[in-house]
Amino acid sequence: MTKCVLAFVSLTGLLFAQGGRGPVNREAPVTNVPFERILKANQEPQNWLSYSGGTMSQRHSALTQITPANAKDLTLKWVFQSRSLDKHEVTPLVVDGVMYTIQSPNDVIALDAATGKTIWTYFHKPAAGTVNPCCGNLSRGVAILGDKLFLASLDAQMIAINAKTGKELWKTQAADYKQQYSFTVAPLVVKDKVITGVAGGEHGIRGFIAAYDVNTGNEVWRFNTVPGPGEAGYDTWLGKDGKPNDSYLHGGAPIWVTGSYDPDTNLTMWGTGNAGPDWNGDARLGDNLYSSSVVALDADTGKLKWHYQFSPHNEFDWDATQVPVLADIQYQGRPRKVMLWANRNGMFYVLDRTSGQFLLGKPFTKVNWATGFDEKGRPMAAPGIVPTKEGTLVYPGNQGGTNWYNPSFSPATGLFYIPAWENSSSTYVKGEEPPEFHEGQSFTGTFPRGGSANENEFSSIIAMDPNTGERKWTFRLSAPSTEGGILTTASNVLFGGGRDGQFVALDARDGKLLFETNLGPSVSAGPMSYQVGGKQYISIQAGNSLYTFALR
Amino acid sequence: MKVWTFALSAGVLLAQHSFTRADIEDGSRLYSNTCAACHGANGDRVSGVDLMHGRFRRAATDDGVAAIIQKGIPGTAMPPHALTDFQAGSIVAYLRSVAAEAGSVSGTGDVARGKAIFEGKGACQTCHSVRNSGSLVGPDLTDIGAIRRAPQLERSLLDPDGEILAQNRTYRVVTREGTVITGRLLNHDVFTIQLMDAQGPRSFQKANLKESGFVEKSPMPSYQGKLSAQELADLVSYLVSLKGIQTQ
Amino acid sequence: MIRRTLLLVLIAGSMFAQVSFERILNAAKEPQNWLTYSGGVQSQRHTGLTQITPDNVKNLEQQWVFQARSLEKFEATPLVVDGVMYTVQAPNDIVALDAVSGRVYWVYAYIPSPAARPCCGMINRGLAILGDTLFMGTVDAHLIAVNAKSGRPIWDAKVANAESGYALTHAPLVVKDKVIVGTAGGEYGIRGFIAAYDVKTGKEAWRFYTIPGPGEPGNQTWAGDSWKTGGGSVWVTGSYDPELNLTYWGIGNPGPDWNGDSRPGDNLYSDSVVALDPDTGKLKWYYQFSPHDEFDYDSVQVPVLAEMQWKGSQRKVMMWANRNGMFYVIDRTSGEFLQGKPFAKVNWLTGFDEKGRPMRAPGKTPSTEGTLIYPGNQGATNWYSPSYSPRTGLFYIPTWENTSSIYFKSPVEYVEGRQYTGTFPRMTVSFRGNIQNQITEDEGYGAVHAMDPKTGERKWEFKMADVTESGILTTATDVLFVGGREGNFFALNARNGSMLWKAALGGIIANGTISYSVNGRQYIAVAAGNSLFTFALRQ
Repeated sequence: MTKCVLAFVSLTGLLFAQGGRGPVNREAPVTNVPFERILKANQEPQNWLSYSGGTMSQRHSALTQITPANAKDLTLKWVFQSRSLDKHEVTPLVVDGVMYTIQSPNDVIALDAATGKTIWTYFHKPAAGTVNPCCGNLSRGVAILGDKLFLASLDAQMIAINAKTGKELWKTQAADYKQQYSFTVAPLVVKDKVITGVAGGEHGIRGFIAAYDVNTGNEVWRFNTVPGPGEAGYDTWLGKDGKPNDSYLHGGAPIWVTGSYDPDTNLTMWGTGNAGPDWNGDARLGDNLYSSSVVALDADTGKLKWHYQFSPHNEFDWDATQVPVLADIQYQGRPRKVMLWANRNGMFYVLDRTSGQFLLGKPFTKVNWATGFDEKGRPMAAPGIVPTKEGTLVYPGNQGGTNWYNPSFSPATGLFYIPAWENSSSTYVKGEEPPEFHEGQSFTGTFPRGGSANENEFSSIIAMDPNTGERKWTFRLSAPSTEGGILTTASNVLFGGGRDGQFVALDARDGKLLFETNLGPSVSAGPMSYQVGGKQYISIQAGNSLYTFALR
Repeated sequence: MKVWTFALSAGVLLAQHSFTRADIEDGSRLYSNTCAACHGANGDRVSGVDLMHGRFRRAATDDGVAAIIQKGIPGTAMPPHALTDFQAGSIVAYLRSVAAEAGSVSGTGDVARGKAIFEGKGACQTCHSVRNSGSLVGPDLTDIGAIRRAPQLERSLLDPDGEILAQNRTYRVVTREGTVITGRLLNHDVFTIQLMDAQGPRSFQKANLKESGFVEKSPMPSYQGKLSAQELADLVSYLVSLKGIQTQ
Repeated sequence: MIRRTLLLVLIAGSMFAQVSFERILNAAKEPQNWLTYSGGVQSQRHTGLTQITPDNVKNLEQQWVFQARSLEKFEATPLVVDGVMYTVQAPNDIVALDAVSGRVYWVYAYIPSPAARPCCGMINRGLAILGDTLFMGTVDAHLIAVNAKSGRPIWDAKVANAESGYALTHAPLVVKDKVIVGTAGGEYGIRGFIAAYDVKTGKEAWRFYTIPGPGEPGNQTWAGDSWKTGGGSVWVTGSYDPELNLTYWGIGNPGPDWNGDSRPGDNLYSDSVVALDPDTGKLKWYYQFSPHDEFDYDSVQVPVLAEMQWKGSQRKVMMWANRNGMFYVIDRTSGEFLQGKPFAKVNWLTGFDEKGRPMRAPGKTPSTEGTLIYPGNQGATNWYSPSYSPRTGLFYIPTWENTSSIYFKSPVEYVEGRQYTGTFPRMTVSFRGNIQNQITEDEGYGAVHAMDPKTGERKWEFKMADVTESGILTTATDVLFVGGREGNFFALNARNGSMLWKAALGGIIANGTISYSVNGRQYIAVAAGNSLFTFALRQ
């Protein structure tokens, strides 16, 4: 436990609501959130208006009340306990004192953000038989626009809810949940559309990203992450004869974390998941576009502007479902619009986000599958690192060097922060024949075995210099693995957590531990910050509880 | 407040529990979501079964009905449902409450005329909303036809004070500055109050209020004598037609 | 894929010493530990620890959280022995944790028979310990002994038949070389009993039926065969007086709950306290709180024992706030009724006769058309642990004030293993608790009532908005801890009820708070929702 100075006794009067010395009366009127506010979210840091805290997805708060000097005085303010034992990975929103969060799988709860008291509950029970067996029955959050909340449900519906009352406004069945199409992402609002993508990469779906009219729920555009006949990239799904085959129909490339939006280029960027079947690519020869890629789409039409594929023809389950973090930085001496990306494949990338140009790629953890990159930024595969009958040891392991866990970029430090699995490995095995597709069943190949037993595996928070791809510092978490996202603040405090319930505040400049507590089960979500009544709060989901901290 | 006088017969799963009116309303929602597709809104669509009049083919007791809801009947179209004992019990409680609530409406109405009265002469939108249009002060009625039946709705229109569910109670607070805010009570504990007024949900620290308390009378006016029998029937028909949001 | 991680923080494991019965009898001398369900055989739920005071309690800070993988109510009171905490994840998983860090040492997972169906949730209220053996009653009516160091089972005794509706939900009580339990199932037409088992072997040493059979005294208070299905369940832990060598247990309602027509008579020993010889199980005395009950007023409260000046002379008393709304003081040597006063709104009786038998108010029985009774079916209190502070001399009751029920009478028939109750009364307050609370004070509210046992008068009241299922802990520094169904956890001044501190824990608080100390630091542990929270002063 952090030692604390008892210098805040004068503040304790606030604890006694009945003592009459409380803060100014606080009301929580729900206000409209036009898209203009979302674009300028950094101008109202008291709110958290989108999944990653802004369309640039930096997960960075401009609030400054909590500092490296006083973070030791953080204390638990309230807890919201879900009445559900499903996995929870939600980042809540906060709009003017009201918090919107998820009780897994798909209940939306409005809370008073200062006290955690429930205002309303919207119950959505996914259709019978809907499951997400790979990764938990959950939703990672909601989006807001105007006075509407948007929930992408596990049974593949886009649902609009009145943010004031919790009442349903419209529901659109976007795909067939019986074929294991499901939604787990927090949707992204761009202008008058709400955008989502479909999960189910272990069940032979064909991934897509789609936009819906916020007022009617009508689909406006759809982008197939696995191109079909007549679409560019169809020739990257080949049979043994070198001709395109119908593997695209079950090619996966699902979407299960939220994308970003760049208003300057009007592009929305999304990371796509692994190709299906996961661990045997023999029936899908070729690069398998746009699996394990980032795609940049015109937000109005869904047309592809550019793409970059991190892991061509992947057989290691290395989804590129990471949050695209956009930043305007000095890169190699000149200002540049970049995208920062720590990939499940263990590499850290810097891309030019206007063109998709590859600028930098370096391992951030132990990697043995690539020897480097060619001039165009295509990884050069290390010889022999493919699944084999007898098994091949691959670094990083199947869960990756990182995964969907939210990274953060701090404009204050100029550093990019990665929740990392260090020295992880898996042994990939390939059967004789590629698996056959059966609707609704898993479509993966042979599940990889454990990796090297001799490794010093641990999890950490890594601070990365985007200009060099070098680590500035590493904070080693107590658990061997992490699912905890990262939040940074303008006052250089960083929040993160591990799979053993450890929740920490670090100095974002040097990784020094400032505050630590044990929340029980895995911290499997990204922290966020908001302010109500002059007080800065930090909220983090761990297990089935949402914990909210503030200074004493 | 009138006492809700139905007697849930013995043997439901939960001794030492009883179902409050709010629990029964939850049961009616569960019924709409879980049962109505096959059994129909009135519970009589499957032959030989009339759920709302206590006619079951295979169960004699409430225990039995709840067990069938949970486990299904193998070899028939009745599937199992992943409901807790309490949820299954609340569906049974709902069915029993309907059976005990026998009654009929005064006349047959027209949905379109009813909608016109709702939005016009009745001025219902002053307090209520349907599909996001109207006021937030009163309960939203988008799915009222799925959870209430015509006789209950008619009674509520004629005698609004007759029965006010806990979740529809009115609460009034006066801030230190003297501002009076009245709204539907959402939640309260030792320290705080959450209520809904026309602006939306609001939260107050009791310590910062001059006064706070329940308002006994329903803010809803009685339509007794204000609407003709036909108009009343039309309005009820419209309300019954409101079954919630359908998936596109 | 999840890698299993073994976080062995072996600070406390090596310090573990045997918990002799001597230590349990003298639990007050080692306040750093919490050795029995109620903190000692007198069941005062009062800690001798003094680090946390009314002045500094505002500096309490959350230390760690344990989230149970269960949505059942978290009703278990943990034990703490030399830095190791033992608690139960409902229904019947024992979890051993490092009491400082909350890290789990081991989990003993017990899977109850599907036949288990206790009326009110698949829950467990806690454990007993003796030597290095933990004892747990299970919802399918087994008693299990588990090695406290390893978490491995030692013996498994079938106490009763789960198919017939029996269950064990309370924490067992160890007396000398025996472990004592009673059976729940009062809604299933069981015939309740209390039984003692040899701690080493699990062999039954004696059994006391809470419903006397033919030829036993009291059987005449049941008509015909009604004694066979008379209920009389036991589902909270009793107490023990070593000087008198008596163990005291509260007995549940008679069955069927809400229609007594088939069981005319007082229905002994339902709704009573019984004093038994712990070596033989023989009845020494009893007192019946609610003769011929038709309101489900179980007397399953913890018997709280104290020594006090009573009308001029030192007396061994038992204090009892009953579900029926009355607060009793009883001489625990003889069972003599000393005093009975209402502690909440009550309308079913007009007073007591000379012998302490309640005088019934006319017309206050279940009826076809329904009869309004105060307190309601959940009682003015229930199984929620009260506390007695020898310092303040006050008895503290978790109270449901102003609640009522309407009781109906209807025919009822016994079928083995099925519910045997009668018609459900209609409550003003939800049994299970709602996420959002909208009840009025007239319908009911939760409170702590501080009673002066010498007068039966209320000294102070602390009000909550929703009702409470929380137990109460008092400390030797006059701090009182209690929670509510609304998820707030409070520290009050035990002398006047003023609030000193609060925490919003986001779930129903339905267990009893405990306190313990490790390495000189005092901790407070309380369950809310499905989580166990631990607090200590900031350092």
